[in-house]
Amino acid sequence: MTEEIIIAGFGGQGVLSMGKILAYSGAMQDKEVSWMPSYGPEMRGGTANVSVIISDERISSPIISQFDTAIILNQQSLDKFQSAVKPGGILLYDPNGVFNPPTRKDINIYKVAATEKASELGMAKVFNMIVLGAFLQVKPVVTEEFIEKGLLKSLPERHHKMIPENLKAVQTGKAIVETVHVL
Amino acid sequence: MAKELKLMKGNEAIAEAAIRSGCDGYFGYPITPQSEVMEHLMIEKPWETTGMVVLQAESETSSINMVYGGAGVGKKVMTSSSSPGISLMQEGLTYLAGAELPALIVNVVRGGPGLGTIQPSQADYFQAVKGGGHGDYQMYVLAPASVQEMYDFVFKAWEIAFKYRNPVMILSDGAIGQVMEKLYVGPHIPRWTEEELRKNAPWASCGKPTSRDHNIITSLDLDSAKQEEHNHKLQAKYREMEEKEVLFETINCEDAEYIFVAYGSSARIAQKAIQLGREKGIKVGLLRLITLFPFPKKQVAEFSKKVKGMLAVEMSAGQMVEDVRLAAEFRCPIEHFGRYGGIIHTPHEVLEALEEKIIKG
Repeated sequence: MTEEIIIAGFGGQGVLSMGKILAYSGAMQDKEVSWMPSYGPEMRGGTANVSVIISDERISSPIISQFDTAIILNQQSLDKFQSAVKPGGILLYDPNGVFNPPTRKDINIYKVAATEKASELGMAKVFNMIVLGAFLQVKPVVTEEFIEKGLLKSLPERHHKMIPENLKAVQTGKAIVETVHVL
Repeated sequence: MAKELKLMKGNEAIAEAAIRSGCDGYFGYPITPQSEVMEHLMIEKPWETTGMVVLQAESETSSINMVYGGAGVGKKVMTSSSSPGISLMQEGLTYLAGAELPALIVNVVRGGPGLGTIQPSQADYFQAVKGGGHGDYQMYVLAPASVQEMYDFVFKAWEIAFKYRNPVMILSDGAIGQVMEKLYVGPHIPRWTEEELRKNAPWASCGKPTSRDHNIITSLDLDSAKQEEHNHKLQAKYREMEEKEVLFETINCEDAEYIFVAYGSSARIAQKAIQLGREKGIKVGLLRLITLFPFPKKQVAEFSKKVKGMLAVEMSAGQMVEDVRLAAEFRCPIEHFGRYGGIIHTPHEVLEALEEKIIKG
């Protein structure tokens, strides 16, 4: 199994940390992992993306241009990465602020209204974990047990009290992800 | 002792290795994409545990001269920077080489020329292996292709630096510096005691006992005959490195009709291109350079007698390819491919270049 994932959105949405938690969880589950950020002069408000690879084998290149899964959190990223999903792959997006939804018919498209749900439940801080939960529902590349271990390892100790809320957000994401049929 | 698993960026691995390998001092000045080296040192505060000094100098020029000072008294000292900062250090590097001082310099290369960009590049190959500073000198140049190698090569660097009394450069790039991968770290190696230092670096200028003459650390000798003799000694040392210290790796080369030659992040990308190529029935392998100086001339020459062509893959306009051509003596077609100025080529682009430039060629 090798899963090549791109996570893309605005800086400040937790794109890089979502990738990090996923990578840590994979590492805890004894998988090979890589986490390659697009680093740039932009911070909050600019675009941010990270490629995460989780594999049973040694990872050749952490730098890739085609993905099994794209997790998309804004319109710019959707425009940029829709065509980079391999045929038969997965595109998961948050419809918030997306006015031109995805159109490809040769990939599996899912949406998760994470922004809306996070604000409804007052969970803005763990918005990214709702998205991660949605992804894991669609493709369980790591099991929940290891997500918890990944959180323990990747979060500084002072934030460990937030872990239950993070795990709740994962559950929320799993429950609200929807399949999208492109007509 | 069991190895401990961590998940770290390449830059952080350099810092972690510095602490665990018994480094005495780090002197640096922040620059993207390698600032996590000093950042990680500042978080770990090794001055409270191992006694290692970590100092932010006022410039790269200052950092490299602090390295010269530390190395002169036999300490394991290092600096790190990225391309524009390394350019500023060139005078210091040739002085280190001339004075035969062991030291570690890490270059996490970004796109140039000039201030260029902060994105990854491999366009500092010439600077690292052909001088950069003046005079006939060589650094031992290691090219890590993973976070684990960023860590391991710090240990290797001390070994070579003190064995040959020579500066060692780890030539990395923004991609390997920024990527996070699994890393196995070993136990801490303590810093040398004063007695160990005097034993391991008897040439060091760290206080003269009555039992011996002055140890003099200098790159200056106005007597040209002596300077030529000194140069002979340096050249003999470089030839010995070429004889004994070449490192490389071959991947999928057993049945290969075509060979990628690459180092660092391009070598990782080439490995993916090999997978894609082999799915299409193209028998391609990789010669991954681990030392850039000494260059694996013999290996390149051997492949040039066996294969139908080689593609040098590097994120530059074509630097390493010159050494590949020299070593292969034009026995087979050799072309260059690479994006540059901060753009990273994709595995698909690399494979396409092989098909266009070599196979159809």
